[in-house]
Amino acid sequence: MTIEQLIWLVPLLPFLGFVINGLGRNSLSKGLVGIIGSGVILASFVISLVIFFSLQGDTQKSHEVLLFDWISAGALHIPLSFLVDPLSAIMLLIITGIGFLIHLYSTSYMHGDAGFGKFFAYLNLFVFFMLLLVLGSNYIVMFIGWEGVGLCSYLLIGFWYTNSAYASAAKKAFVMNRIGDLGFLLGVFLIFNTFGSVEFAKVFPQAASGSTDILVLITILLFIGACGKSAQLPLFTWLPDAMAGPTPVSALIHAATMVTAGIYMIARSSVLFDLAPLTQHIIAIIGAATALVAAIIALTQTDIKKVLAYSTVSQLGYMFLGLGVGAYTGSFFHVLTHAFFKALLFLGAGSVIHAMHHEQDMRHMGGLRKKLPVTFLTMMIGTIAIAGLPPFSGFFSKDEILAHAFQASPILWGIGVLTAFLTAFYMFRMMFLTFSGKYRGTHHEESHVHESPAAMTLPLIILAVLAAIGGAINLPHVFGGNEWLAHWLSGAGVAQHELELSYSTEYSLMAVSVAAAVIALLYAYTRYVKGARVPVADEAPRSALAKLSYNKFYLDEIYDFIITKPLDALSRFFYRIIDNKFIDGIVNGLGWSTNEASKGIRLLQSGNVGFYIFMMVFGIIALLLYTFFYI
Amino acid sequence: MEQLLLLIFLPLAGAIITALAGKSAKIVSTVFSVASLVLALVIACNFIPDASTQFEVNLPWIADLGINFHAGIDGISLLVVLLTNLLVPIIILSSYNHQYKSPAAFYALILFMQTGLLLVFTALDAFLFYIGWEAALIPIYFICAIWGGKDRIRINMKFFVYTIAGSLFMLMGIIYLYLQNPAHNFNIQAFYALNLDSAQQGWVFWAFFIAFAIKMPVFPFHTWQPDTYTAAPAQGTMLLSGIMLKMGIYGVIRWLLPIVPAGVHDWGQLAIVLSIIGIVYASLIAFTQKDAKRLVAYSSIAHVGLISAGIFAFNQQGMQGAMVQMLSHGINVVGLFFVLDIIFSRVKTNKIEELGGIAKVAPQLSIAFLIIVLGTVALPGTNGFIGEFLLLMGVYNYGIWAAAIAGLTIIFGAVYMLRMYQNVMLGQTNSLTITFTDIKGTEKLVLYTICALIIVLGVYPKPVLHLTEASVQHLLEQVNQKLNTVN
Repeated sequence: MTIEQLIWLVPLLPFLGFVINGLGRNSLSKGLVGIIGSGVILASFVISLVIFFSLQGDTQKSHEVLLFDWISAGALHIPLSFLVDPLSAIMLLIITGIGFLIHLYSTSYMHGDAGFGKFFAYLNLFVFFMLLLVLGSNYIVMFIGWEGVGLCSYLLIGFWYTNSAYASAAKKAFVMNRIGDLGFLLGVFLIFNTFGSVEFAKVFPQAASGSTDILVLITILLFIGACGKSAQLPLFTWLPDAMAGPTPVSALIHAATMVTAGIYMIARSSVLFDLAPLTQHIIAIIGAATALVAAIIALTQTDIKKVLAYSTVSQLGYMFLGLGVGAYTGSFFHVLTHAFFKALLFLGAGSVIHAMHHEQDMRHMGGLRKKLPVTFLTMMIGTIAIAGLPPFSGFFSKDEILAHAFQASPILWGIGVLTAFLTAFYMFRMMFLTFSGKYRGTHHEESHVHESPAAMTLPLIILAVLAAIGGAINLPHVFGGNEWLAHWLSGAGVAQHELELSYSTEYSLMAVSVAAAVIALLYAYTRYVKGARVPVADEAPRSALAKLSYNKFYLDEIYDFIITKPLDALSRFFYRIIDNKFIDGIVNGLGWSTNEASKGIRLLQSGNVGFYIFMMVFGIIALLLYTFFYI
Repeated sequence: MEQLLLLIFLPLAGAIITALAGKSAKIVSTVFSVASLVLALVIACNFIPDASTQFEVNLPWIADLGINFHAGIDGISLLVVLLTNLLVPIIILSSYNHQYKSPAAFYALILFMQTGLLLVFTALDAFLFYIGWEAALIPIYFICAIWGGKDRIRINMKFFVYTIAGSLFMLMGIIYLYLQNPAHNFNIQAFYALNLDSAQQGWVFWAFFIAFAIKMPVFPFHTWQPDTYTAAPAQGTMLLSGIMLKMGIYGVIRWLLPIVPAGVHDWGQLAIVLSIIGIVYASLIAFTQKDAKRLVAYSSIAHVGLISAGIFAFNQQGMQGAMVQMLSHGINVVGLFFVLDIIFSRVKTNKIEELGGIAKVAPQLSIAFLIIVLGTVALPGTNGFIGEFLLLMGVYNYGIWAAAIAGLTIIFGAVYMLRMYQNVMLGQTNSLTITFTDIKGTEKLVLYTICALIIVLGVYPKPVLHLTEASVQHLLEQVNQKLNTVN
């Protein structure tokens, strides 16, 4: 079987899963739903592996597969077609591989939920759209997936829709994504106008012929799209709220896959971004700012999922920082390692929440290490990985980004290291608050806490292994590696920029970031293990900075004040004053004056036939005269 | 040619028989509307998708005045004919959960209106076009005035006078063209061939544009619309929003652009500006509407604004987008009003604040409603996306800022539609909605048909694009050619 023959099965299988589980959500047994839901993803994963290895052995690294002509109007032709190349092939593995583990986990995690069938249908649909996103051979097919995953995100955040707050969180996610999507669409229009096509294979070879101004505009518009989907400043506030969804959703959609779509899109378009230095500066600054701001917010959060959510925003910021300084491979490398350790951490948090009977507040946890040994151990591996401690995966990907950042600007590097310090602190804080010290709930609750079943711990263990050793796929030259990922991705046309730092500089940079992480770890240890500190209650007084952090810099309130409220006020003003009083007033005024005038004219209808005849003749003469002179 | 006459007059025959059918009017009218749909599909199958006018009929009618019964179908006509004959049976079926008083009159008027609409969409003689234009208005006036809701008489009087006033401007324009025409007839080809200077074209432009702008409606000619949509019976609202407003759009394409291209050239900018203002303005007003029906009414103004902007942008993408979107908007808006009708028939309110939690008790309705909402907010994979994408691209070719502002509909549409969906369907049930029953029977049939159309057209729009492509291209060439000779 060739790649062309196999590829369409990869998205088709999850789609079939969606249809079967969607139609059978009330009639199929939970066991069957779980088997179908997970089975189709596993099958896709196996096919993706076959494709990956045949691509590896293939001299032709890029395969286009046309399904059918979708839209055509004038010069515009948009085929529904797939592009299989090293970049999409590796994304297929991530989506279906981690996707399968999370489906497997969900069969146990969601078992008691009445919407079990619906959940799996949505999850399958999500995987389908995510695969479309990465497989599209043009920006429009990518956009189908792009908005499709947004829809699934909406459905899954609002999965427990009877809770109004959850439904609002879902709506917020969709709308904020739409803001980015408008940017994306305008960018695509500009691409079409400039290059006469939206196909990657036609656009990228012409990129160098575009003027810098146009390329800057195109890439800024695309980046706005990425800001929405990948939760960057100023559009990131939907992601923490998205934690309203079931925890496997947070792991799959809001950590491992969908939110990295923006990075995928930019890596895919790296040829364009490389020619737009201004955009790159903006991306680097936004990325660094997002990384720092989100890390500061994460410092004081007490909800275990919120800590991880802000951590995700912060790590995504890291990836954008990498893209901005030209480390496309480094960023993509971080997408991979982040997918491993953040999926792991979310699933671990889910295991904790499951054991704690839906308690998410870390102030009520503590001392769970003995009760949840597998969860503890695997999460600890994830935490070490995200903290950037060698030799776990996060260390390598993070340091690749930091080294490129240093080369571009020591200030950006400084922000990166500061963020790394904060990251290590809040992650170990989370671990210590959850697993160390004494249990802070009641005895009765404590007796019910138990380790999760194998369907949940197995994915944790697999992900922990990946989080530990995943760094090997792009082991840098400085450690005697051969940067496999960089070579692989260059086959997909992802721009590569070699580091021009000496090995000794690289070592020193690493030493600084590792030292920062270790200091953060020790500080968290003294505070939360030795000092046995527990975050204060919501209403307790806090220092100004802690208050700012705890209240997320009041960003939601600020947006509400400067955007939502004024638009609603404008809406009412338009409706009540402009529409009902002004415009309609003029219309009714015209009607009224016609009515009044007609009261006067009515008097002409006197019933005097002679007068009528006179007027008729007068009219005919007037018409004739008019015709005579003007026509 | 017999096919076309049959197409136009089958609904009229149906109207007469329905009027005599008494209690079985519902069934009789359904049969005729379905037969009309089948006939339209047969015509579509026999249609050759090139730019030519097919199935042409040209019979002398009032010879002294040069009036002929002249009609025919090209790709653009066929699209709106299909829309009409598709939606009429859907609208009739959607009335099955109502027991209207004097059903014979009600259903006869719907079919009578259908003939008027089909005349508008096929006429190649300006006089015939005008006859159809008014013939479609009278039945809908009675439908709304007799079977409508609160305050219907006053609201409908305003609607009627407003649109009639617009039509009179158009009539003046038609008579002016007739007088200018050396052959002294109302033949559209003769009108196309007229050589008017740009001042004359400007006047004719406004005479036609006002009539069409009121019908669609385009900002600021829209104030009759929210009241009328809200007070009309559900089927009246569907007829108005699903089909009738397309008369205005179709009029622009068939009668305005090719007859007075220089007028469009001079004033089209203003039309685009008004259309785009309308998109933002109506979307914003929809944000805080308390009545779901009124919310959808305003959203319709926004959507039609985009169609109008795409047409006046005058390029292939915008025009093709308008074609697809006419069809999509018709299907989606009928779906939305039907869902609101289903809700109203059960709980007697469409007030957003009073509803909530319906998804819990009516899961099938919630899925269908969601699909229609997604079509309306133009999610890729639904029919709405194809239209809005092409329209925005068309507007983009006109100007990037125009597209950026018009594109706000992508965001705003999601805001007000999802807000409505959330407040009506999600959250906890209340005392009003706790006893809500899920859709059944014809409700299911109609909603599932609409959902299927939304997805099929979104995934495979090629047949529609293919149908209209040649005619649209021909129109663009024709207008550009004429524009070059004027300048």
